[in-house]
Amino acid sequence: MFTNRLPIAKLAGAVVALAAVISAVMLSINWDGAEDSTAAPKIDNLLNIMIVLSSIVFAIVVVALAYALIAFRAKPGDESDGEPIHGNTRLEIAWTLIPTIIVLFSGGWSWKVLNEIEETDPNHMTVSVFSQQYAWSFGYPGKEYAYSQGVLHVPVNRQIVFKMHSQDVIHSFWVPQWRIKKDNVPGITTTAVVTPTKTGTYQLICTELCGFGHASMRAKVIVQSQSAFDKWVEGLKEKVPPDLMVSVKQDTETNPEPLERAVAE
Amino acid sequence: MVATFTRPGWYRAALCTVLAAAFGVGLVVLLRSISGLPAFQSEQTGYPQVVVPLILAPLGFLLGIGCFDYWLRWGVGARTIPEDHSSHGAYSWKDYFKVNTDHKVIGVQYVVTSFVFFLIGGLIAMLIRAELAQPGTQIVGAGTFNGLFSTHAVLMIFVFIIPMFAGMANYVLPLMIGAPDMAFPRLNALSYWMLPLAGIMFLASFLAPGGAFDAGWTGYAPLSTGAPLGQSFFNIGVQFAGFSSIFTALNFLVTIITMRAPGMTFWRMPLLVWANLSTSLLVVAATPFISGAQFMVLLDRVLHTNFFQFGAGGDVISYQHIFWFYSHPAVYIMILPGFGIISEVISVHARKPIFGYRLMALALIGIVVLSYSVWAHHMFVAGMFSWLRVPMMLTTLLIAVPTGIKIFSWLGTLYFGKIHTKSTAMLFALAMIVTFTIGGISGVMLGMVPFDIHVSDTYFIVAHIHFVLFGGSVFTIFAGLYHWFPKMTGRMYDERLGRIHFWGTLIGTWGTFIPMHWVGMDGMPRRVADYAAQFGNWNLMISCFAFLLGAVQLIFVYNMIVSWRFGPKAPANPWGGKSIEWLVSSPPPVFNFDEIPRVVGGPYEYGIPGARHAIMPGEGAEIPVTRETVVGS
Repeated sequence: MFTNRLPIAKLAGAVVALAAVISAVMLSINWDGAEDSTAAPKIDNLLNIMIVLSSIVFAIVVVALAYALIAFRAKPGDESDGEPIHGNTRLEIAWTLIPTIIVLFSGGWSWKVLNEIEETDPNHMTVSVFSQQYAWSFGYPGKEYAYSQGVLHVPVNRQIVFKMHSQDVIHSFWVPQWRIKKDNVPGITTTAVVTPTKTGTYQLICTELCGFGHASMRAKVIVQSQSAFDKWVEGLKEKVPPDLMVSVKQDTETNPEPLERAVAE
Repeated sequence: MVATFTRPGWYRAALCTVLAAAFGVGLVVLLRSISGLPAFQSEQTGYPQVVVPLILAPLGFLLGIGCFDYWLRWGVGARTIPEDHSSHGAYSWKDYFKVNTDHKVIGVQYVVTSFVFFLIGGLIAMLIRAELAQPGTQIVGAGTFNGLFSTHAVLMIFVFIIPMFAGMANYVLPLMIGAPDMAFPRLNALSYWMLPLAGIMFLASFLAPGGAFDAGWTGYAPLSTGAPLGQSFFNIGVQFAGFSSIFTALNFLVTIITMRAPGMTFWRMPLLVWANLSTSLLVVAATPFISGAQFMVLLDRVLHTNFFQFGAGGDVISYQHIFWFYSHPAVYIMILPGFGIISEVISVHARKPIFGYRLMALALIGIVVLSYSVWAHHMFVAGMFSWLRVPMMLTTLLIAVPTGIKIFSWLGTLYFGKIHTKSTAMLFALAMIVTFTIGGISGVMLGMVPFDIHVSDTYFIVAHIHFVLFGGSVFTIFAGLYHWFPKMTGRMYDERLGRIHFWGTLIGTWGTFIPMHWVGMDGMPRRVADYAAQFGNWNLMISCFAFLLGAVQLIFVYNMIVSWRFGPKAPANPWGGKSIEWLVSSPPPVFNFDEIPRVVGGPYEYGIPGARHAIMPGEGAEIPVTRETVVGS
C-alpha cells in the first residue's frame, strides 16, 4: 500500500494544527455583528460549527497540496514520469463517504435550527409590512389598525410575525442584527418570524434589487419595552390606507403547509 | 459591384442587416396601421418598432455573412457550392473574419471573441469598483450603476465563460478524440456567429432610451417586466447566446458519441472529453428554460401576456423557478469544462495518471444529475413553499460530495508524481484547487437554510460567486489557455510574464473577494451603489485589489499577442502529454490527421513503460501490449 510511504502522522498533525489555528482565529471574530434576536445566536452557532468543519476541510486540502509540492517536485532536468498509480479504491470510498456524512450532519443541524427559529409562539403579535418603490410602511394590530411610515416599532422579547406585502416589485426585509430576511412579493403574502431580545434602534434594509432607489430603501426599526410600544401605538393617528388593505385582501397567503391547505379547503 | 453584395461576407452582411431591420420596422408599422393603432409606440416596455428589428437584424446579419448559404441552396434545390473545403483552415488573419467551418478556426474565433467580452466586462467591473471605493455616489448614478453590474454579469456569464469553454473545447476536443472535425461544421460556424451578436446586443442596450437593462443578470419579474427598453435587449440577446450554446452542445454530443477514433472507448476518453460530454448534457436540457423564461418576460413586456403579472393571473415566483432551473445547472456549465482542463493540466505536469479516473468521470455525471435538483436553494427567502427548502438544502449539500471527489483526486494525482511548475498553466491549476475549495466551502454554508437567510442577497453571495466563477472558472480558463496556447498558435508564450500574471491574478482575486465575505456577513447588501460608512475602508481595500486584478490582465493580453506574433516556435508536444492533440504538429494540419489514429490505451498512462494512448498513422506496425487500467493498487 503506497500510503505507507507517506508520513501520515506528521501530515495529520499538520492538518490538526492548521485547522486549530484557523478555527481559533475565525471563531474569535464576531462575523455577523450584534445578536439581537432569539434566532441570532442559533444561526451564529451554526456558523461556528461550519467554521470548524470548513477549517478541517481547508486544512486537509492545503496540507495535502503543500506536502505534494515539497515532496514530489521534479528535480531540475528530471524528465521521467511519476509512479503509475491509478487510484486506490478504499481511499476513494473514504473521500466519498466521509464528506457525505459531514454534509448530512450539517444539513440535519440546519434543519433543527430552521425549525427552532421559525416556531411560532401562541402569544405572538402580527405586524403587517407594506413595501413599495422605495419606502416601507407598517400596520399594527388594534382597533384602528394603526399605521406608520418609514419607522417600525416592535416590543422587545415578544415574538413578532411579520406579514409582508409588496405593491409593485419584489423587495426584501432584512434586519442584520436579527439575522432574518424575507422577500416581499407582489401578489402574495410572505411571513417572517422574529423575537427581538434587545431594545435599541436598527436599520431595516431592502436586499432585493428593486430599481434605482434600491440602495436607499431603508427604514428605522425601534425595539422598545411593551409598555412604551403600546403607548406609541396609541399615539398613532393614521390608519392603513385603503389601497394597501386592498392588496392585503387580494394577496394569496403563501407557504401554507400542505396539511394546513388541506384543512383550509 | 453587384458581386460584392451577393458574395457571402461583410458587405452582404451589412446590407442584409439593414434590410432585415427595415423590414422589421415596416412590418410593425404596417400591422399597427392595419389595426388602427398609431404607427409607433413608445411605452417603456413596448417599442415594437425596436424589438422586432432587434430580432430580425441579427438573422439578416447571419444570412448576409453566409451562415445559411449552403442550407438555403440545398433547400431550394439550387446548385450547392462544391465541397472544395475552401472554408476550411485559416491562411491569413482575414480568414478569422469569415464564416469558416474548420473547428480549429472556430475555436480561435470563439476564444478571441469571448476574451474581448471579458475585457469589456472587466472594464465595467473596474467602473463598479471605482464607484464602490467610497460610500456615497461619486462616479455614476444609482440607475446607471444598476445597468453596469447587470451588463457586467451578463457579459461574463453568457458571452465570456460559457463560450470561452465552448471555444477551447471546439479546438481541442476533436483532436483529443481523433476526429477530423466536429460532427456538424456548418452548425458550428452558425453557433459561433451568434455569439458576437449576443454580446453586441447586450452592450447596445446602453444606447436604448432608459439605459441598459438594470434588473440584474437574474432579471427578476416584475422588475424586469416593467423595466425600460434595455431589458428587451437582454431578453433577445440571451436567445442568441442560448441558441449558440445549445447548438454547440448538440454538436459536442454527436461528435463525442459518434466520431471517436477506433479504439477510443468511453473509458479511454480524456477527462476533458468527459467534462464536455457532461456539460453538453446540461446545456441541451437546461438552456431552453432560460430561453423560455426570457421569452415569457419579453411577451409580458411587449404583448402584455400576463405570465408574471400579479393581479392578472400571473405568478411572480414562477419566474424564479424557471430561471433557476436553468441558472443553477448553468453554474455547472460554467465549471465542469474547467474541471476537465484541470485534470489534463495536472496529469501532464505531475507526470502521473489521474487518480481514480473512473470515479472522476462518474463524479461529473453525478454532478449533472444532482444539479437539476438544487435550483430552489437560490430561493430560500423568496417566499416559495417553505417545505421545499429542506429537501433542496440536502441535495445542495450533497452536490459538494462529487465536487470534493474531484478536489481530492487531483491532490491524489500529485502524490508520487514528478511535479513540474515551469508552466503557468500548472500554477493556475494548483491555485484553482485551493481557491475553488474556498468557493465550495462558502457554497456549502450558503446551502444551509438558516445561514442563507442571513446572508442571502448580501456581499457574501458576491464573494461566493466570484470565488467559484473567478477563482474557479476563470483560473481554469487561464490554465487551459496557457496549456493549449502552443498548440493553437504554434508559438510558445513567455513564462516570465505568465508568472507575473499568475501571481498578480492570485493576489488580486483573494484580496478582492475574501473581504467581501466579511462585509456581507456584517450587513452590506449586494447590488447597491451606496452603502453604510462603516464598510468604507473594506471597500476601498477591495477596490484597490480589484484594480490590481484588472491591471495584471493587461500583461496577459500583451503576452498572448506578442507571443502569438513573435514567440519561439512551439514543438508538437511541449509538455509531454499523452492525449492525441499532442501527437500532431503545433498548430495541427488543416484536416488534423492524414489518417485517423488508433487508440490503444488509457489517456494518462504515465510511468508505464511502453504504454501508449494512441498510435499515429505511419508509426511502426508493432502495437505495444497495453495494460488495462487497474483501479486500486
